[in-house]
Amino acid sequence: MLFKNKDKQDQLVAALGRAVESAAADIHGRSPWADARGRFLRNKAAVFSLGLLAFITVCCVVGPWLLPNAFDAADWDAMSLPPMLKGWHFFGTDESGRDLLVRSLVGGRVSLLVGFLATLSAVTLGIVWGATAGFIGGKVDAFMMRVVDMMYAVPYLLIAILMVTILGRAFYLVVITITVFSWMDMARVVRGQTLSLRSKEFIEAARALGVPTRRIIFQHIVPNLLGIVVIYTTVTVPAVILVESVLSFLGLGIQEPMTSWGVLIHDGASVMEVSSWMLLFPAGLLSLTLYCFNYIGDGLRDALDPKER
Amino acid sequence: MWSYTFRRILATIPTLLAVVTVCYLLLHGTPGGPFDDERKVSAAVLANLQAKYHLDLPLWQQYLYYLNSLLHGDLGASFRYADWSVNELVAKALPVSAAIGGGAIVISLLVGVFLGTVAALRQNSVVDYLVMLLGNAGHVFPSFVIGPVLILVFAVWLKVAPAGGWDDFSPRFMVLPMLLLIFINVATIGRVMRGSLIEVLHSNFIRTARAKGLPMRTVILRHAFKPALLPVVSVIGPLAITSITSAIVTESVFSLPGIGKLIVNGAANRDYTLVLGLVVLVTVIAVTLNLLVDLAYALLDPKIRY
Repeated sequence: MLFKNKDKQDQLVAALGRAVESAAADIHGRSPWADARGRFLRNKAAVFSLGLLAFITVCCVVGPWLLPNAFDAADWDAMSLPPMLKGWHFFGTDESGRDLLVRSLVGGRVSLLVGFLATLSAVTLGIVWGATAGFIGGKVDAFMMRVVDMMYAVPYLLIAILMVTILGRAFYLVVITITVFSWMDMARVVRGQTLSLRSKEFIEAARALGVPTRRIIFQHIVPNLLGIVVIYTTVTVPAVILVESVLSFLGLGIQEPMTSWGVLIHDGASVMEVSSWMLLFPAGLLSLTLYCFNYIGDGLRDALDPKER
Repeated sequence: MWSYTFRRILATIPTLLAVVTVCYLLLHGTPGGPFDDERKVSAAVLANLQAKYHLDLPLWQQYLYYLNSLLHGDLGASFRYADWSVNELVAKALPVSAAIGGGAIVISLLVGVFLGTVAALRQNSVVDYLVMLLGNAGHVFPSFVIGPVLILVFAVWLKVAPAGGWDDFSPRFMVLPMLLLIFINVATIGRVMRGSLIEVLHSNFIRTARAKGLPMRTVILRHAFKPALLPVVSVIGPLAITSITSAIVTESVFSLPGIGKLIVNGAANRDYTLVLGLVVLVTVIAVTLNLLVDLAYALLDPKIRY
């Protein structure tokens, strides 16, 4: 008993309680994710790239519906027109009079969709492969990682070419072909992370405190994997888009009448002496998109890298 | 050292075998045979043809036959180029690719190391910004975008070089393709060299060398340069793979009669044996290059022991 006067003590305790409450109201707990978001939002280049990428994506998805021209409608009165306001041909037209703006947007849809789908499957495969190898360890791990090493040693574009030669060039086959050669980075990173996390002190501490395994996995391991998965996903998307473009550029990817940025760049390169806009607009759009992904990846790396905390 | 070399060579065998097997099975998993043409051949001729190419045997025997001929350096006959074996096609195409690819790698190593060194010694100077800009551009603009742009600028607008084609190793036709490859490689080499030299210059033994009064020139040339080169050596392996990849694009852009063009044409014509043979050949080259780079690395880095 500190005070003889019980009333005074009660008053003081109440005041203390209020002070603690108001202090608690002032101090907001921040999750690591909120921290990371703050760091990402402070990165001007990354935020700008994110906005630009969102703009390009929305344009590609919505644009072809809103614009008056169809991507595959030939117009014999408007062949090889340079960019102009008339007839909504902002990017000009190709040698069959098809509007390049709409074609670029439709091509963007295909490129971005291939990028999204192939990344999704590659990332899933990589995580499952890497996590399995990391968790099981031992001989299984050694064998699984040996497979990854083998995949690295092979010039992937060649096998991709062999696969589209044999399997064909349907949209989903192109996605599968690209997936097969895009998952190894993720597998390696996830395996390494899983291995190092398993022996980390905070996992041991959690185990010592009697936290159930399920909670350890979902509350401690997954969030720690998630950062690196997010970073590598943003790195994988542009790489995948690039492979699709290379295949299409070589005439081995997406086929007419469908189009993609690689196809458009190929077409543009063949007529660039007379109509350079046919090369420059699709090439510019592709490069801009890749640039955005790179900056977003850098921003995310800075924001999420556990070493930076 | 010898046992390490031996073990490394042994380790490449499963890789090569896996590639050959997977590609071979892929090839044979597809419906249709090489002699299913619109023009029907008589049953006797077909049987003779199939016997000649061992197509009448069970798959595993065909596979062993193929492996055997591979081991003897025979890649088989082309399905589409009549009267040509894959070996003959390769013999015609390989020198073209090797001249352009090899030349480009050597030049880009020299240029890349030089630019990277200057950039590291003069941080935030014009050269430094140039190297960083180049590094970014080489990463973001794919070779099939840079290639046509090079043609547009140098062949169409400035008219200083031909837009493509090949004339028996005439340098005029080699300039632009090599420029493209050099651009891509220098982007990587320059950035790696810059980064590693900056790191080395901050290490303790450099401070010691300067503290004992050595001139900056000696410090850089005798002490900093060699360890800084190590990361550059280690990227040559991946770079060789990228060079092969970009060679496919480069030869396609500049219509050069090299290996890359052969592969793309073979793929477009569905010339299975040609593509399979080339995939095997290029994989062997890539794996060998990786092996050599690893061995060179082990020789150069005194910290690596076996």
